[in-house]
Amino acid sequence: MANIATRDAYGQALAELGAINDKVVVLDADLSKSTKTNDFKKVYPERFFNLGIAEQNLLGTAAGFAAAGKIPFASSFAVFAVGRAYDQIRNSIAYPNLNVKIAATHAGLTVGEDGGSHQMLEDIALMRAVPNMTVIVPADGVETKQVVMAAAEHQGPVYIRLGRPKVPVLLGDDYKFEIGKGVVLKEGTDVTLIGTGIMVSKAMEAAELLAADGISAAVVNISTIKPLDNALITEMAQKTGAVVTAEEHNIYGGLGSAVAEVLVENCPVPMARVGVEDKFGESGLPDELLEKYGLTAANIAAKAKAVIAKK
Amino acid sequence: MPVNEQMLKEQAKEIRKDIVSMIGAAKSGHPGGSLSAAEILTYLYFEEMNVNPAEPKWEDRDRFVLSKGHAAPVLYATLARKGFFPVEDLMSLRKIGSHLQGHPDMKKVPGVDMSTGSLGTGFSAATGIALACQLDKKPSYVYTLLGDGELQEGQVWEAAMSAAHYKLDNLIAFVDNNGLQIDGNIDDVLSPNPIDAKFAAFGWHVQVIDGHDFGQIADAIKAAKAETGKPSVIVARTVKGKGVSYMENQAGWHGSAPNAEQVAQAMEELN
Repeated sequence: MANIATRDAYGQALAELGAINDKVVVLDADLSKSTKTNDFKKVYPERFFNLGIAEQNLLGTAAGFAAAGKIPFASSFAVFAVGRAYDQIRNSIAYPNLNVKIAATHAGLTVGEDGGSHQMLEDIALMRAVPNMTVIVPADGVETKQVVMAAAEHQGPVYIRLGRPKVPVLLGDDYKFEIGKGVVLKEGTDVTLIGTGIMVSKAMEAAELLAADGISAAVVNISTIKPLDNALITEMAQKTGAVVTAEEHNIYGGLGSAVAEVLVENCPVPMARVGVEDKFGESGLPDELLEKYGLTAANIAAKAKAVIAKK
Repeated sequence: MPVNEQMLKEQAKEIRKDIVSMIGAAKSGHPGGSLSAAEILTYLYFEEMNVNPAEPKWEDRDRFVLSKGHAAPVLYATLARKGFFPVEDLMSLRKIGSHLQGHPDMKKVPGVDMSTGSLGTGFSAATGIALACQLDKKPSYVYTLLGDGELQEGQVWEAAMSAAHYKLDNLIAFVDNNGLQIDGNIDDVLSPNPIDAKFAAFGWHVQVIDGHDFGQIADAIKAAKAETGKPSVIVARTVKGKGVSYMENQAGWHGSAPNAEQVAQAMEELN
């Protein structure tokens, strides 16, 4: 299967979802060609609503649709959807527990050339702190499609974090996504590498690097960051005695923080976090930025060796 | 002129008494902007809106979104008097465990169509509900009430633009134009005036009325419903604190509770 951006898989999934669920409506804020909601608009124009460059009203209108029984998917770039409309997400969507799906694309450093103003690195932290909100970061196109379908079935607000660039298809057609369940992609005994989003692929690569040095690393895909699969994380920490997390997000408040909370309370083991170290991004090619900010298989492998040494 | 004007006046009087006594009992709340909207809420729920207190989630009902959510007491009193929940509950306003939160919570209160409190958010939600009703070709009208100070929120104008763009002639907004906000006169704080011309420029059908006159409220809603292809706004000139002499036109009564003596005086005046 060819590489595919999670936003592309989102657009395709929406178009499929439109056929099987007539309650689904899609809202966008003048970015439908980039967020790929345009794929839905092409087949269901009467259920597509462009709200223009007005993100507060985008999320507020979505709340109204949900209050009237619809299942709205609202999309914009992550930096705008969460950043400009946090109050609407908190007070109009999450507080009344309305059935709104926020699918935010262009998250993280891999926005690339647009630079730091557009590279959202705090959205997981913000969305994770809001009660009633489910937070999901699909690892690839295969998982994205299943996430969209599961989000539509789930009653309540869901934040889906999607990316801009094409990424490798990692998961097979037999992969089964379930909200709140992590998946062990590779068993191992010396360390557990826990990734989310595009960093799951990097964790798999890191496991290969480690294997070459005789280290057996397990790899876990945590796509649902909230509710977190505490049981699996605890079990893997008990089995391997060391954990490294990897995410395309600030190291504060994201996957690494969430995993640390679970481990500290249930099974304290040496742990390290790979992520953006409390910095804003900058312009550059996605791969150049991932390299510069340490979001690489090599860095995950190096941190794995460091936590193993602390056992 | 509504046929039941005497009944409406009686209801508005009871609702005003409820507002003052529940805020007095709660020792906190927003009396000024609740009292200014008593006729609007009374008219909507007792004369205009197609709602059923026995079936608050009935799909084809008309909706009301209190975008100025701090005026929760006037909504709660109206819903209770209409039969959505017992009038006795009003005295639990703002107390721990009560369904009557400081600002309206749709999950807790039968008849509340949208949770509000952060200003501007209810207006967008009302446009979303109206869009959904339009999409499903439902007969429902969606009413919303904004404060005039609330018009300072940018989100209001985002929603105003989209409601006109989508030709939401099932959406009727009231502006409770009492001229005061927490820090004083709206023109001194940050003037939203001219309100009528702004909405007209955004593509809305605009009327300006006396918001305490049931006949004018009735006629304005009739005219708003007759308008097709655009949303309607009714700018209702009102008196903040209306009906309680010491509260009238006093910004200080935006968010202060009357003490027992003041409650007693208000009851005397309202009777």
